[in-house]
Amino acid sequence: MIPFNFTYCRPSTEKEAADAFAAHESEGKTPLYYAGGSEIITMCRTRSISPGCVIDIKNIPNLNLLSVDGNHLIIGTANTLTKICQSKLFPLLKLACGRIADHTNQCRITLGGNICGSIIYRETVLPLLLSDADITLFGPNGGRSASVESIFRRRLARNQNEMITQVRIPIWALDARHAHIKKTANEKIDYPLISVAALWKGETLRVAFSGLCSYPFRSKEIESVLNDRAKSIEERAQRASELLPEQAYNDSVASSEYRLFVLKNTLEKLLEGWENDSI
Amino acid sequence: MKKGDSAKILKSCDVVAEHSYHLPPLGHMAMEVRTAHAEISSDGGVFITSSSQSPYSIRKQISEAFLIPSGQIEVFVPFVGGAFGGKAPVMLEILAFLASRSVGGKPVRLTISREQDIATPPCHIGLEADIKIGATKDGKIQAAELIYRVDCGAYTDIAPYMAKAVATDCTGPYHIENLTCDVVCVYTNHTYATSFRSFAHDSYTFCIERTLDMLSEKCEIDQLEFRLRNIIRHGSQTPSRVAYTKSGMGDLSKCLNSVKSLSGWCGLNPTNIKKDTVRAKGVACIWKTENPPTDAISGALITFNPDGSLNLHTGVVEIGSNGATMLAQMLAEKLKIDADQVHIVSEVNTRTAPEHWKTVASLSEYMAGHAVMRAADDIVNQLRNIGAMALNRPNDEIEISHGRVFSNKNPERFITLKDLAQGYKSLSGESIGEPVLGRGGFMLKGLCLLNPETGEGKTGPQWTLGAQVVEVEADLKTLTYRIINASTVIDVGNAINPESIRAQIAGGMAMGISLSSREGFFYNENGVLSHPNFRSYKVMHIGQEPNYKVAFAETPDCTSPYGVRSFSEHGVIGMPAALGNALSLAFGKQLDTLPLTPENIWRTPTEDF
Amino acid sequence: MTQYDGKVVISLNVNGEVFEVAVRPADILLDVLREQLGLTAAKPGCLNGDCGACTIVVDGLPAKSCLMLAVEAEGHAIETVEGLGGVAAAQRAFVDGNAFQCGYCTSGFLMVCHSLKAQYPTVPEEYIIEEWLQSNICRCTSYNEIRKAVYMMYE
Repeated sequence: MIPFNFTYCRPSTEKEAADAFAAHESEGKTPLYYAGGSEIITMCRTRSISPGCVIDIKNIPNLNLLSVDGNHLIIGTANTLTKICQSKLFPLLKLACGRIADHTNQCRITLGGNICGSIIYRETVLPLLLSDADITLFGPNGGRSASVESIFRRRLARNQNEMITQVRIPIWALDARHAHIKKTANEKIDYPLISVAALWKGETLRVAFSGLCSYPFRSKEIESVLNDRAKSIEERAQRASELLPEQAYNDSVASSEYRLFVLKNTLEKLLEGWENDSI
Repeated sequence: MKKGDSAKILKSCDVVAEHSYHLPPLGHMAMEVRTAHAEISSDGGVFITSSSQSPYSIRKQISEAFLIPSGQIEVFVPFVGGAFGGKAPVMLEILAFLASRSVGGKPVRLTISREQDIATPPCHIGLEADIKIGATKDGKIQAAELIYRVDCGAYTDIAPYMAKAVATDCTGPYHIENLTCDVVCVYTNHTYATSFRSFAHDSYTFCIERTLDMLSEKCEIDQLEFRLRNIIRHGSQTPSRVAYTKSGMGDLSKCLNSVKSLSGWCGLNPTNIKKDTVRAKGVACIWKTENPPTDAISGALITFNPDGSLNLHTGVVEIGSNGATMLAQMLAEKLKIDADQVHIVSEVNTRTAPEHWKTVASLSEYMAGHAVMRAADDIVNQLRNIGAMALNRPNDEIEISHGRVFSNKNPERFITLKDLAQGYKSLSGESIGEPVLGRGGFMLKGLCLLNPETGEGKTGPQWTLGAQVVEVEADLKTLTYRIINASTVIDVGNAINPESIRAQIAGGMAMGISLSSREGFFYNENGVLSHPNFRSYKVMHIGQEPNYKVAFAETPDCTSPYGVRSFSEHGVIGMPAALGNALSLAFGKQLDTLPLTPENIWRTPTEDF
Repeated sequence: MTQYDGKVVISLNVNGEVFEVAVRPADILLDVLREQLGLTAAKPGCLNGDCGACTIVVDGLPAKSCLMLAVEAEGHAIETVEGLGGVAAAQRAFVDGNAFQCGYCTSGFLMVCHSLKAQYPTVPEEYIIEEWLQSNICRCTSYNEIRKAVYMMYE
């Protein structure tokens, strides 16, 4: 049971949603955009948050688009992880979505919810960081667009009154060579101890990580080490593990030292797969 | 526990293995959280509904704490959504009662959140142990010195009884003549502890069986063979000096030999599968006797329906162990009728169901089984008497079978149970006999408290013994592993419902594998439990479970109804140990803590065996 | 735009029947099913989306009713175990396969299996079965029995 009341709005356009947000905000009601709702409901139950209004944006048509348009795959952010998996349009994103939470929850969790969530993992961001994707936002002052690389720094830099509506992925990324490895402490259905997403643009490997640090990230420094194919796999993996943007995450799931051990093994596996063409 | 002279003998042993262990507390994680409902009528009647294994303890505790005559208290327990020992203590019921009393007796329902259900009510004990066992070169155990420290949390609840249970069975099912064992119950700033499936036997078994593997390595003897050489047998005594008998304890050598073939046991070393990948098996022996109060009671009432079917009332709570079904089977067998002619009253009301101590310790079939047998005898006697009068034959000729009452001199002439059970009316209208009501009571006999000096004494009515094997495939580089197979052979006395018993044992094995591979309570520097929900306290999901193989040995317990032994808890006992042994062998490390996560394996230094 | 404040009356289509219920916008669907409609098959196990005991089927797909507002269910087809009537293939298979002990998780598993069968009329690959059923926790059985019951459901 959620131990307080809130107002529920179900707009049918982005404009209605943004207007509702502005209106409730001006009444001091701390509105929240709401889509799959999984995280918002659990946080409300424990009173970690207490919004005065939730604006359910998952029925807005633009947020439900899922199609290739010219040179881009467009994914509305209200698409559930299951729908993205079923579409099979972006294989790397499919792999990432298929390992978030569990299947039943994947039928509810939306792409936008995972990108904007408060939990540190946000594993759907990894394929977007690697594929030069753009993201579209809409708020009371209208819409804007930005590259994921520029707007996602530790978390998505958006105003509270902006919803993300679509992501646009260049089509080169859709059939590019890719790999996704998620390691958990011991139970498969768990947050990642580390998740590694890999995408090759041509012969160049790109990698992004979740669970390794306190935020998801792509590291060009690590990529340049991993792409130095003159060096041995072990050497590259070791060197890469020394280039994290902050100390490896340390929590009850795993210690930082152990995360580094897992990182090295995972990178070695990735590089071996690359060398022997099994990826 | 003191037998012989362990200190002296250990000094003269060819080989000695000595190791310390540390096991964290755990959660029961029953799918239904604990919940209680209370209301008080205007005339002072107290009504409690609870998700509990102990309705009669609720009645007793509320009566004693609030000075309310027990006859004014009615406790009702519907189907319980899993318990595993965690719903044996009385806790929320008292709070719900107080809450109801403070609002003039209005109904109050108290259901705690999953987070509270993990962090607040009592949990599985933690355990630290220092184990020292010595043997001859040819692998005969000579002496053991054991120290167990039970982490009972901030309150005792029944942790001292668990310490006693650890002491009673402290060596595992082995012949050890020289023994010193101290079990200390330690207050800590952790969640308080209570019974958990197997009553602490899973914990000490891990410590003993890991040490036995170290010892067998030192003797260079196959781990399973090492155990076969040392199992309890004729001439042996348990730690509390109960002499081994086959009826009392069953046949462990049969279990070990059977699990050897069931698991495809292949001996001492891991098998290489491919680069950096090995397979290894670990074995553990289990045993358990019970530690109930020496005067624990049970009872059964049987009534008839007009169609000749029966209603069986007992105080056994249905927590998923299928106990009542087996009681119904016993009754049907005794009356020679189909089991579907026995209707089980699954919900317990303390006002109508005869008192059954608690639905714990896997003792339902033994205690309530005895009560049901007596109630069945009572019914048979009454039916015989009425049948003799109705058929006008001598009482000793009368037989009851397949719903008919007849004289064995003339089976063609019979009266159906339906016509006899409510009293008989002859063709001429004469009334004969009276309605048949069966009643049976049972009180445990022959148990005693342990001698405070030596630990001597018999604490439970029977033992159940068995052997378990776990097979893993281990990645030596990443220190990850898959559990492939898990096998168990238990001497269940008489497998009266093989499919149900198999499922109970496999369920216990699954719990043992889950808790030893991924579960544990860990507290942060402020003493706060770090992960009180299913999101981060991980139990095993489908897809990672091994193939479970279960078989039985059947050595009847001649003191028990139909020879049955308790089995509901036992699947869990040896799983942590067998998994620990398999992984220790695979990785060449002496694993001595739980859970056996890859990180904990990574932390354990590699050691030469 | 639909907007709900305070207590509102909404229609829910549950097991093919339409019910009018008065709810708070913050009420979760699980509570409304249990407390208002008396449909208690869906069970609260964690209220955090982790255990699956409250799983129902919404528009053919499994959903955890603790992670859904009742107002979100407007206009969608909800199925609960009560709607299976004791005769669904999943229910028969669970009984025949001895796939439950305490029974508390069973409703949730049944609804996942029921939805699985609707989405995959013939038996799917094992990894799909595992992916679907990994949304639920059973603390009593060994899972071998539940796995067997899924295959029996397809017989």
